[in-house]
Amino acid sequence: MRPSRTIDISTGLFVLLGFAAILFLVTQITNREFTLNSTSYRLRAEFENIGGLKAGAPVSMAGVTVGRVEDIQYDQKLYKAVVTLRLDGHYDEIPNDSDASILTSGLLGGQYVGISPGGSEEYFKDGDQVTFVQDAVVLENLISKYLFNTATKQPDAPAPEAAPATQE
Amino acid sequence: MPSLLRELGEGATNFFERAGRITRFGLQLAALTPTSLLRVRPVIEQVYNTGALSLVIIMTCGLFVGMVLGLQGYEMLNRVGSEEYLGTAAALSLLKELGPVVTALLFAGRAGTALAAEIGLMRATDQIAAMEIMAVDPMRRVVVPRFLGGVIAMPLLTATFIAIGMFGAQLIGVQFFGIDQGSFWSQIRGTVELDDVAEGLIKGAVFGVACSLIAVYEGYNAVPTAEGVGRATTRTVVVSAVVTLVLDYLLTALML
Repeated sequence: MRPSRTIDISTGLFVLLGFAAILFLVTQITNREFTLNSTSYRLRAEFENIGGLKAGAPVSMAGVTVGRVEDIQYDQKLYKAVVTLRLDGHYDEIPNDSDASILTSGLLGGQYVGISPGGSEEYFKDGDQVTFVQDAVVLENLISKYLFNTATKQPDAPAPEAAPATQE
Repeated sequence: MPSLLRELGEGATNFFERAGRITRFGLQLAALTPTSLLRVRPVIEQVYNTGALSLVIIMTCGLFVGMVLGLQGYEMLNRVGSEEYLGTAAALSLLKELGPVVTALLFAGRAGTALAAEIGLMRATDQIAAMEIMAVDPMRRVVVPRFLGGVIAMPLLTATFIAIGMFGAQLIGVQFFGIDQGSFWSQIRGTVELDDVAEGLIKGAVFGVACSLIAVYEGYNAVPTAEGVGRATTRTVVVSAVVTLVLDYLLTALML
């Protein structure tokens, strides 16, 4: 049996190391640079289509994270997605005619809500509704829109798929 | 044919009987836990025995598991041309899967066997019977502190393993393959959520309870012979490994 002092010291070191490891995992590995404090406020936005937006996604202005998506609900009366945004209380001077759009970070990245400022003198308050919104871009809609546009522009031209044949 | 059926039935009955006895034993331990926590001294000694003494093997294995993840992950991601995701891949595999599971297997091998052999030998050399004669409750005196030591040590060992593993992956990815250090860590931070860390630690804690319980149960109920102690030690490792992997599946499905 070792003297109990050694046991105490090594146990203490072990426990400290364990907690240091937990602290490292929580602070260094996870996305914690942005935490909402008690002064935060909520905004409401209605979208026709939110694409792949999820609760917890960042809300950003000019690329800086200013809040998080708190909640997403489907409204049966409006046929729209109601997204609750929670913004940090520091950013309390956002014009109330600013618009919110659902954007994608990178080519394959997750979706987030981008706010671009409007010109109003009044600022958003807790519980306000964001009037100007822009839905998520759905790639399939975009492609079909493009195809239909090309088809209507050149009515007598061959279908776009056949176009490369002229290279011969 | 009837004998085969009989053996199958007997095997199943034995299995359920053992499961029931382990559960009852665990409930008994849980009931004794609050009063045992008042006597801190033995618990600290057991945290030392199961935790601090397992630290070296946990750290060594964590480093190597992380480095292997770095090599394998880089090789795989290089084929699809997205090496920058190495950090994310390594962090998520370590946190959600490899960290808790490998730590639990090592814990069963290093600390679980020691617990089972120690308690089993106490049983074989009549120390436990002697305690009972002196009206000292061996459950309270011997079993519960060892169980609690394991339960406290396991989550801490898991966290250490994961942190060292991340260091190992970083060593290979950044130092060896030359991925940019900043993008390595920012990729990790961008994708890993607090839930993932919680998942790893919860798994570690659950495996800790399971492995410690199995070790003290096998030791306490060992056949009091040299062979019996040996068999209890072996069974500790085998049962712990199987239970860890089954629990891992259940927990993963639950927390998906």
